[in-house]
Amino acid sequence: MKVFKGRPVVPGTAQAAALVSNAGFNTLASFQKSLMFGDKKSTCSDQNNTELYQQPMAGKALCMPQTIGSTTGGMVLYCAVEMGQSPACLLFSKPIDSLAAAGAILAGVWSDIPMPTVDSLGDDFLQYVKSGMPVAVAPDGTVTVG
Amino acid sequence: MQLTQQQQAMLDGAQGKALAKVMKTLVMYGETFGATRMVPVTSDYGHLVTSFGLGVLKPVYALLDEIIADGVVAKQQFSVDPRPLQKGVPVTLLQSLVFRLMYSKQTEYEARLQKLGLMGDDAFTCACYQPETGNTPQQGQVLSWAESSAVVYANSVLGARCNRNSGIIDIFGSIAGFVPEFGLLTDEGRRATWVVELKTTKLPPAQVLGSAIGMKVLEEVPYIRGLDAYLGNELTPAVQDYLKDMGAATASNGAVGLYHVQGLTPEAVQQGDALLAPQTNTYVIDDAELQRVMDSYPCIWKEADAEPKMCFIGCPHLSLSQLQSWTTRLERALQQQGREKVAIPTVLTAAPAVVKEFEQTPDAARLQATGAVLASICPLMYMNNPLCGKLPIITNSNKLRTYTSARYATDERILAAITQGGVLQ
Repeated sequence: MKVFKGRPVVPGTAQAAALVSNAGFNTLASFQKSLMFGDKKSTCSDQNNTELYQQPMAGKALCMPQTIGSTTGGMVLYCAVEMGQSPACLLFSKPIDSLAAAGAILAGVWSDIPMPTVDSLGDDFLQYVKSGMPVAVAPDGTVTVG
Repeated sequence: MQLTQQQQAMLDGAQGKALAKVMKTLVMYGETFGATRMVPVTSDYGHLVTSFGLGVLKPVYALLDEIIADGVVAKQQFSVDPRPLQKGVPVTLLQSLVFRLMYSKQTEYEARLQKLGLMGDDAFTCACYQPETGNTPQQGQVLSWAESSAVVYANSVLGARCNRNSGIIDIFGSIAGFVPEFGLLTDEGRRATWVVELKTTKLPPAQVLGSAIGMKVLEEVPYIRGLDAYLGNELTPAVQDYLKDMGAATASNGAVGLYHVQGLTPEAVQQGDALLAPQTNTYVIDDAELQRVMDSYPCIWKEADAEPKMCFIGCPHLSLSQLQSWTTRLERALQQQGREKVAIPTVLTAAPAVVKEFEQTPDAARLQATGAVLASICPLMYMNNPLCGKLPIITNSNKLRTYTSARYATDERILAAITQGGVLQ
């Protein structure tokens, strides 16, 4: 077990299995098929992300360096939350990017469904955490892995 | 964040609950990135990324309805990304039925946009900054835009200032009339943290160079050296087209919101190496690196060696000069093949206002004679139809490749495929 301390962008608690992308997470490419066709598991459709492609994302602790790709990204995350298809939480090793921040904040302000989001967890976090590991998130940005 | 009295009142709900939530979103967004104040949006127009009335975007419609019901409109008009559908674009009856189901809310969504401040019926394009559409910001103006390819162009080629805003955040800035000051709105945030040394033996394909840069630097700012040796030091229409396509690939294959090209883009010309941050990384791109990047693109067609059934050219939307160039190249290639028409359905896409301008020229009839279709749709939205997405479709767009099953090829290979037919060489 290892504990990491980050910054709570949208504070909250979550417990979920980790799903790890060491490459930048392309939000639109990853979610567009599952949102369009109501796939409640949110199967990742990003062909360029070999770690996540065809993996279910809903209810997972999504761990990544940052998000990349289309500026629909924040809106896509917001829709995923409202439609009950979002990850349980977003965990970033680096400072959060503007698109992911928009999605997390839109969900925090305009939705009743929480998606705790923590950034700046450090490169050590992404080196340690592996897909399937249990992850617990505390409101102060403490993330316990294992 | 320090707010003015007017901004604080808005946050406190003095102008209604919806506007208070808009303000709260912008404040939280800014505070996440250390913004200490809001700055006025100074461009004439905004630009929104969400142009499609997908039936499943109910949360977005509900949010906009809440805003509209409170009597809120944007303080500036805005353009918006391309429409998903248009008559004349090849579709089967079954595909057409699926499209109607998918984009069942298009009319209602466009009505919402009109209530909020849409520029006009021709304002549907991802390349809103082209003069024909008329949403061309000036250097130093502050924007509240989304659409990754438009933001990176406005920042890099025009010298405007805009963060990589998400959909919804874009309209919030236009509604409030101000945006939080951070990132690419600041001098510090516009300094380059990567130096890209171009050491190729010829001008690289714009979409591959952009892809390589985007994948390497992600959201950081690159300063590109060596490209001016091929492009010169003047932002001619052809150079602007190259930078448009390169930038779109940097933004979609990575998350680049601003790049500088030594001796070419406005801030690089004005400030030179002073744009470099104290600590920079270096990325050398030679012919082998470009080949490595191209070889890394996966092909997710069911049969990798299938004959292409369709081709899209123009993501982001083509300029007038690109339409003219493609017309000439198509004609020549068809003549060389002894053909009159393209071998597979081929769709070129451009802004409605660009298409209108093009149709005033003799080139329009020449292009039509090749059998190619000219439209103003978003190819990505076409490919989102599962029946279309299953087809072996080729494109010269690295953005379209990234988000769909379309297979990328350089302009030369695309030209050969659509004028000769057969498998992609």
